[in-house]
Amino acid sequence: MHARKHADDGSQSRAVLEGPEIDRALTRIAHEVLERTKGGADITLLGIRTGGVPLARRLAERIEQVENRSIPWGALDITMYRDDLRLAPARAVGRTEIPAEGVDGRVVVLVDDVLFSGRTVRAALDALNDLGRPRAVQLAVLVDRGHRELPIRADYVGKNLPTSVRENVTVRLQELDGHDAVLIGPARPRAGRAPEETATGGTGTEADR
Amino acid sequence: MRHLLSAGDLTLDEATLVLDTAKELAQVGGRSVKKLPTLRGRTVVNLFYEDSTRTRISFEAAAKRMSADVINFSAKGSSVSKGESLKDTALTLQAMGADGVVIRHSASGAAHRLAEWVDGAVVNAGDGTHEHPTQALLDAYTIRERMGRLDGLRVAVVGDIRHSRVARSNVLLLNTLGAEVTLVAPPTLLPVSVRTWPCSVSYDLDEVLPKSDVVMMLRVQAERMNAAFFPTAREYSRRYGLDGDRFARMPDHAIVMHPGPMIRGMEISAEVADSPRSTIVEQVANGVSVRMAVLYLLLSGSGSGTGN
Repeated sequence: MHARKHADDGSQSRAVLEGPEIDRALTRIAHEVLERTKGGADITLLGIRTGGVPLARRLAERIEQVENRSIPWGALDITMYRDDLRLAPARAVGRTEIPAEGVDGRVVVLVDDVLFSGRTVRAALDALNDLGRPRAVQLAVLVDRGHRELPIRADYVGKNLPTSVRENVTVRLQELDGHDAVLIGPARPRAGRAPEETATGGTGTEADR
Repeated sequence: MRHLLSAGDLTLDEATLVLDTAKELAQVGGRSVKKLPTLRGRTVVNLFYEDSTRTRISFEAAAKRMSADVINFSAKGSSVSKGESLKDTALTLQAMGADGVVIRHSASGAAHRLAEWVDGAVVNAGDGTHEHPTQALLDAYTIRERMGRLDGLRVAVVGDIRHSRVARSNVLLLNTLGAEVTLVAPPTLLPVSVRTWPCSVSYDLDEVLPKSDVVMMLRVQAERMNAAFFPTAREYSRRYGLDGDRFARMPDHAIVMHPGPMIRGMEISAEVADSPRSTIVEQVANGVSVRMAVLYLLLSGSGSGTGN
């Protein structure tokens, strides 16, 4: 089997969002969050590991710049709540970091890079349920690529990206991959369903499969 | 990793994965809902042929926190007292669809035999004087939490090495993890095979103590002794017990461990056992996290072992 490493690095993938566009999308989402939550008095941003975490931090920074006060943000690992654990060898568990304010009574905005089947968000809602009782839960994603398998929608979307199910969407982020980009490319062969998030460098590869 | 039978079977990467996973799972113990849905629908059988408090409760708590169904089996009050063999009991469990079997048995090698008879994952929770790998993992976890690392640490294991499955598992695992282990015991309480173990041996506790970062005390297992291994308990205690004077000669950063159950006044004095540098209670708490990690890694996936 030939390993065509470069395929993932762009020769067959094309960038649909570059750094500045991602910046603008995040700035817009930050303003939308403030508008929708009427000033964001008690919001907590929780990034879904791994791709959602840097995005949650960036959103928190942008909201802080606008409102001039600190916005609690954290990370949510949903490995133990996945519905496909039995389909692959045991996965490494990540760290859940909840800010000191907790989630009880807060408006929690879940942040992820790609919204696809909706199964990651379903798992995140379950994980959140075990951590406390938020007043409300909202969802912000950088890319919505469609093909939902569950009744879940995003409240804030960076970009709606019509895709074929066979295509592959990869989000690259400065914090994890050294540069910002959203790439779309042909499907990778997934014989045996290797653990996809860490498979070929891209962090947010269709995070919710 | 399909079963966990020996601490020596774990590679450095596997052992580190267990410890890292345990660290993440330890968070669950501090939450209001101390439960994860991960092993929902899986059945874990605790098969205990030998008395145990800590290990059985710890495995039960671990399995329940992961939402597995737990069936507790103890030899007393079962068909074992009517003469049923281990193999027939194993086949019964197999027929009931156990996904994981945790076994404690007085015969060395019982877990290995069981692994040949059942399809599910087998976890050795202590077989005779042979091995107790989850105890070694929780000890390694405790050391790493307290000292920040394992690589290059000097660990003294003191006491009844001959009858101790904890000692063997700890020597194998700590060696894999890069620590230097020294066994300290009277010659009569060392196993014959000790020279093949990856560790050094000393008969003199006072010489080893000042050079140790971790001192692990073991109980003298009178119930396994069929001969006189030392003259009197008092003499043993004088030469190999950790009392306040010896404790004072340890380095300031060094910690004291004990797998329990401990006999206060025999191998360890009450003052040492209750000191803030003793990790005995932490070890019990860490045991649940480490066993959750082991059950997760063995039972959650497709059964083809651990991925990265």
